[in-house]
Amino acid sequence: MKDKLLPILIISSAVIFILRLFWIQIININDVQILKRSSVERVYQYPERGYIYDRNNALIVGNESFYDLMITPKDLTELDTIEFCKILKIGKSDLIDRIKKAEKFSQIKPSVFLSQISKKDFAIIQEKLWKYNGFSINRKTNRNYLNNSASNILGYISEVNDYELKDNSYYESGELIGRQGLEKSYEMSLRGLKGVKYFQKDKFNRITDSYKNGELDTLYIPAKNIDLGIDIDLQTYGDSLMINKFGSIIAIEPSSGEILSLVNAPSFNPNLLIGRNRSKNYLKLKNDSIGKPLFDRGLQGQYPPGSTFKLVNGLIALQEKIIDDKTIISCNEGHFYSRKRFMKCHCKIGTKNDLNKAIYNSCNTYFANIYKQTIEKFPSSSTGINNWKTHVESFGFGTYLGYDHPIGRKGLIPDSNYYDRWYPNRNWRAATTISNGIGQGEILTTPIQLANLTAIIANRGWYKTPHFVKNISNDSINLKYQEKKYTSIDSIHFEKIVQGMYDVVEKGTAQNAKIKGIKVAGKTGTAENFIKINNKRLQLTDHSIFIGFAPKENPKIAIAVFVENGYWGTRWAAPIASLMMEKYLKKEIKRKYLENYILKGNLMEEYKKPYLKSNFKINE
Amino acid sequence: MNEINLKKIDFPTVLVVLVLSLLGLLNIYSTIHADNLETSLSLDNPFGKQAVFILISFIIFLLIQILPFKFFEKYASIFYVFSMLSLLGLFIFGKNINGATAWYQIFGFGFQPSELAKPITALALAKFLSDLNVNIRTIKTQFYSFLIIFIPILLIILQPDPGSTLIFLSFFLVFYKIGLPSIYMNLFIGFLILFFLTILLSKEIIVISILTISILMIFYSLSKKKSIKKIIIYSFVFSSFIFSVDFIFNNIFEQHHRDRFNIVMGIQQDNRGIGYNTNQSEIAFASGGLFGEGFLKGTQTKGGFVPFQHTDYIFSAVGEEWGFLGASLVICMFAFLMLRISKRAELQRNLFSKIFSYSTVTILFSHFFINIGMVIGLVPTIGIPLPFFSYGGSNLIGFILLISIYIRLDSERTSKW
Repeated sequence: MKDKLLPILIISSAVIFILRLFWIQIININDVQILKRSSVERVYQYPERGYIYDRNNALIVGNESFYDLMITPKDLTELDTIEFCKILKIGKSDLIDRIKKAEKFSQIKPSVFLSQISKKDFAIIQEKLWKYNGFSINRKTNRNYLNNSASNILGYISEVNDYELKDNSYYESGELIGRQGLEKSYEMSLRGLKGVKYFQKDKFNRITDSYKNGELDTLYIPAKNIDLGIDIDLQTYGDSLMINKFGSIIAIEPSSGEILSLVNAPSFNPNLLIGRNRSKNYLKLKNDSIGKPLFDRGLQGQYPPGSTFKLVNGLIALQEKIIDDKTIISCNEGHFYSRKRFMKCHCKIGTKNDLNKAIYNSCNTYFANIYKQTIEKFPSSSTGINNWKTHVESFGFGTYLGYDHPIGRKGLIPDSNYYDRWYPNRNWRAATTISNGIGQGEILTTPIQLANLTAIIANRGWYKTPHFVKNISNDSINLKYQEKKYTSIDSIHFEKIVQGMYDVVEKGTAQNAKIKGIKVAGKTGTAENFIKINNKRLQLTDHSIFIGFAPKENPKIAIAVFVENGYWGTRWAAPIASLMMEKYLKKEIKRKYLENYILKGNLMEEYKKPYLKSNFKINE
Repeated sequence: MNEINLKKIDFPTVLVVLVLSLLGLLNIYSTIHADNLETSLSLDNPFGKQAVFILISFIIFLLIQILPFKFFEKYASIFYVFSMLSLLGLFIFGKNINGATAWYQIFGFGFQPSELAKPITALALAKFLSDLNVNIRTIKTQFYSFLIIFIPILLIILQPDPGSTLIFLSFFLVFYKIGLPSIYMNLFIGFLILFFLTILLSKEIIVISILTISILMIFYSLSKKKSIKKIIIYSFVFSSFIFSVDFIFNNIFEQHHRDRFNIVMGIQQDNRGIGYNTNQSEIAFASGGLFGEGFLKGTQTKGGFVPFQHTDYIFSAVGEEWGFLGASLVICMFAFLMLRISKRAELQRNLFSKIFSYSTVTILFSHFFINIGMVIGLVPTIGIPLPFFSYGGSNLIGFILLISIYIRLDSERTSKW
C-alpha cells in the first residue's frame, strides 16, 4: 500500500479528471447550458399576459401598452432641442442631464431615456421621431384592471425576487411574476411561455450575428385567458354595500361551487399595485393598521361562527339520532348545563321548542343541550368530541378547503387532544365544552367556510370545492372542482334544517331578509369579539353574521356575510345578504329603503374605539 | 560538474516540463487577446513577462545542474532559515494584493516568497529526516518534522493565503511514505471523507451507519481482541468528529467558505455570485467539446469571460480551445511526469534524495489536484496555480527550482556514495 500510494493517487485523480472532462465536454453538452454563456446574447419575446373575464364574459383584467423612449448616444445627431423638449414635455436642462446619464451608461448600448410614456403622448412622439437619430421606442405592457374592485381576488404581479430567481430557472431578473391572488395561482396559464432568440456577441458585447443561424431559437407560446365564476356586477355592488364597514361577503353558486363574489372591506383599487408606484402604494396599504385592506377577511379572517353553527350541531344530532324533528326541549330564559352553571337564552320562561322553532328562535338551550347529548352518547368525552369533530370536518371546517387562491386559514375545530392540553388531568367533560354547541367557545371558522356550509345545506348534503376560475381558454378546469363531496350527514336530515332556515326569514330572527317572490332561507349569528391590545384582553362590539341561500328550492346563490363589530346578525349582515340575493336573482333592487339604510350605514366610529385613550361602551 | 552527470539527466522529465511551460505560454497568449505578436512581447503584458520568466527558469535549471551534489544537503538549513525570514519580513515590507500580504515589490516585479518556501521546506525536511539518528516512528521526530512544516504554514495562513497552506499539508504524504504510523493517515482520510459526508447528509444518519459498520466488523473479527478495541476507538473518534464538523462548518467557517463548499457539492447553485468563476469556466469547457474551438477562437476565452484565466483558471483556456483531447493530453502529461518522478524516487538509495523526490511529487500533485479540480468544478474555489502552466514568475521559478534540484539529485542515483 505504501509503495503504491503515490501512483494510485496520481492515476486515480487523472482518471477522475478525464472522466469529469468527458462529462462536461461531451456528454452533458446541453445546448441550453452553452447558450447561457456570456458570449451569447439572449433576446426574449414575451407573449401578452392572459386576460381575465367574469362569468358573463365581461373583461375584468387586460393589458395596457406603455412605451419607453430609448437612446443610443453614439447615433445622436444635431437636434432641434426646443421642439424635442416640447414633444417630450421636459425642460432643456433635464434633456441634457438625461443624455449625459445615458452616455455614462454606454455609448453603444441603448438605455432608457424616458420611461412609461402613455399612449396619448406616444402618438405625438412617434410622429416626429424620424427627425431624431439615436432614439428608438421600446413597447412594454402593464396589467390593466378595469374595475375598481376584486383586488383581493385578482392579486397583482411584480418583478421576480432573488428567491424566485434561485428556485425557478424560467425567470430572469426583471421579469414579472404573479405575486398574489389568482395572478399567482394561475401564473403558468396567464404568462404563457416566452420565446428566445440567440445572438453571437463579440468581446465588446456587441451583437454580431444570429447564433448558429437561429436553429436553437424558439417561438413563444401564447398565454391563456381565464374565465372566472365571479359576477363582477354583484362584486362591485357588494363593495358599495360594504362602504364604511369592515367585513366580507362571500357568495357561491351551490350547484357548481363557483364563487360569485368575494367582497373584502375595506377594499382598494387594484391599479394601485401596478407600475412604478407599486411599492409605495403597497407600503401605504400595509401600514393601515386599523382597516388592514391587504388582509382578506373572507379567506383569512378566523372568527367564532356564532349561532350559524347551531345548524351544524342540529344536523349532527339528527344523524346521531339524539333528536328527531319532534323532540321538544324546554327553555327557561336559559338552563343549567351543569351544577351552578347557567347559560342564558332569550326564550321566555316555559318556552317549549322543537327543532324548527329552536332554529328560527335561535334557542341556546336547545342546541347546547343536544350538543351535550351528542358528546355524552359515547362512553368517554374524548371519543364523543372526536366523533363530533369528524362530522364537523366533513363540512370542510378546520381545513383549507382547497380553493384556487393562494391565501387562507384553517380555522379551528377542537378535539380531545386540544382539551387535554388545556386540562392536563383530563377532568373536562361535555359541559366544559358547552359553548361549542352555540358556535362560541373554541371554534374558529373563516367566512368562506361558512359560505361553503350554506352551499352544503342548499344542496342538501354535498358541496363542490369552492373555486374562482371556471374555464382556462375554454378548457375545463381541474377535475377536483367538479367532484361532489358528501358530508357525513344523510341527505334526508337537511330538509328539516332548510325548513327551519326558511322560517328564520319568514317568522324568526331575520325577517328583514325577506324578498318578495323569492323564498329565502337563512340563519343569523352574533359572535362575541375580543381583541388583545398591549396584552390586555378587550371585549368589543359583537360581529354581525348571516348565512343564507335562495331560492329555497333549486338554490342559485348561497351567501355568507360577516360585518365586524356590527352587533347582532339581523342588524347588518341579514339585510346585506338579502340585497345581494335580490341583485343577483332579480338584477335590480326594489327595496330602496333597505338599500339606503345599508349604504348610509357607517361603523367607522366602532372600529376606532379600541384605539381611543378613554373607556368606551360596546354593543350599543 | 562533470560530463558524466549531464548524460544521466532525466531527459523525459526535462522535455515534459519544457512542453508544459511552452503550452502554458501559448494559452496565456490566448487569454490576453492581444492584437498582434509584437505588442504582446512587451514586458508590460503577461505573455511577454512569462516568456522572460521561462528563459530565466532555463538558466536556473542549467546553473543547478552544475552545482555539487552535496550542495543542497549542506545548505538546506540555511536556506530554510532565510526562507522563513523572508516570509516573516512580509509583515513589515510586504505588499497587499487581492487581500493577501504575500508579495514583495522589487523593481516593478512582484515576488512571492511562499512559492520559494515550497522547494526549500522540501530540502529542509529531506535533510532532517535523512539523518541516521532520527526515526519518524518516534514522537520526538514526529514533533520536529511537523514543526518544520507548521512554521511556514503559520506564516502563510497569517497572510492569509489558505491555498498555499494546503500545499504544505501535502508533506504528510511524504511522512507516510517513509514510515509515519498509518494511524495518522487512516484518521486523516477518514476525517476527510466524513467531513464531506457530514455536509451532504444529516449527522445522525452517518453516526448510525458508522456504528452499524463497527458492530458488523466486530462480529467478523471476534477472535482478535486487539482489533475489536481498535474498531471501538475508531468508531468513537469518528462519531465525535462528525459532531465537531457540524459545529465547525456552521460556526467557525465564514459564509463564503460555506458557499464554496455548497456549490461544489451541488447543495446550492449561484451562477451569478460566488459560483460565477466556476460556472464560466465550465461553460468554456462545454463550448470546447471534443476537438476544441481552435487556437485564439474560444468565445469564452476571447471574450475574457472567465476571471483569472491567465493565472489560476488557465486550464479552462486549454479546455475551450483544444477541447477534450487537448485537456486530457495535458492531464496525461502531468500524470506521466509525477509517475515518473515517484518511480525514480522508489529506486533512490540516497535517503536525502529519496525524500526530496517524494516531496517533489506531492507538491506537484497537490497543485495539480486542487487547481484542475477547481477549474472543472470538483473542488471548492482555492487560489492555487497550475505548475509550469499558470502565469506568474514566482511560482514558475519555484517549480523550476523543485524540478531542477530533483533532476540534479536524480542524476547521481546510480553512482556510489
